[in-house]
Amino acid sequence: MQYHAEVTIGLKSGMLDPEATTIQKALEHLGFPTDSLEMQKRFVIELDAPSRDAAQSQVEEMCRRLLANPVIHNFDIEIEESG
Amino acid sequence: MKIAVLQFGGSNCDYDVQYVLTEAVGVDADLVWYKDELKGYDGVVVPGGFSYGDYLRAGAIAARAPIMNSVRKMADKGLPVVGICNGFQILVESGLLPGALMTNSYPKFRCDRVNLRVDNNTSPFTNSFKKGEVIRIPIAHMEGNYFAQEHTLSELNSQDRVAFRYVDEQGNATSEANPNGSSENIAGILNGQGNILGMMPHPERASENILGSKDGKKIFDSMVDYISSF
Repeated sequence: MQYHAEVTIGLKSGMLDPEATTIQKALEHLGFPTDSLEMQKRFVIELDAPSRDAAQSQVEEMCRRLLANPVIHNFDIEIEESG
Repeated sequence: MKIAVLQFGGSNCDYDVQYVLTEAVGVDADLVWYKDELKGYDGVVVPGGFSYGDYLRAGAIAARAPIMNSVRKMADKGLPVVGICNGFQILVESGLLPGALMTNSYPKFRCDRVNLRVDNNTSPFTNSFKKGEVIRIPIAHMEGNYFAQEHTLSELNSQDRVAFRYVDEQGNATSEANPNGSSENIAGILNGQGNILGMMPHPERASENILGSKDGKKIFDSMVDYISSF
């Protein structure tokens, strides 16, 4: 079965992100004051797996072993059948 | 005695480290491409650079290369491993050292000479320094902001595993002396066994008088002494 996974990776709450802070300041200069701004990474993955659970655990393993750094990141996975 | 200097796509301090080891320190040092076998070496240097273009996260891709399993095995035997700059990033990403290296607090590539205080002078890399000695070694990085959770930081402190901190000329770890926002001004740390060192500053760029400082060479000299006595 073919699955479509979307992985979102972001810094754990409370961690400082100088890149996001800089972007937030630039937005302010453009006249868009904001209360908060976070930057996240998104991975869109197509994969073949025997079941939805298997696909879920494969993608979780991908996050734990490479896509996210467990010291600093949280990750969120959304999976649906495709094709 | 032979030391391996690892090379990944995008390593760029590999030749400098090899030069310092062979010409300044006087030991055999081979460049070892990440696809080649890491065998018959007494120590490893993971040099700086931008392995894999810092894709995903600095050091993340190189950390998962199979050669790092061989590095882990060597470290388990007690052989010395030092990661410099991107090499430090690779060691934390591979889990050989705790914590993470994040974008500098002021998000700029910092290239400068900095003062470091030697907080641990008992490791195989730092035992020729005096405790508390202030040394001068250059930095050149964008992601050198050392982060670790509270419990990791207290473990590093209680086990005397902070090798170097960024300090002012008097040896005080002030926020002004901290070039990248690192937790507790940490510039270099050791693993639990003490045979793995990761540091953001570049000792190979401070290993000859003509470069303005030879403080960095002592780190390689100490490593070689340690191997000799192994």
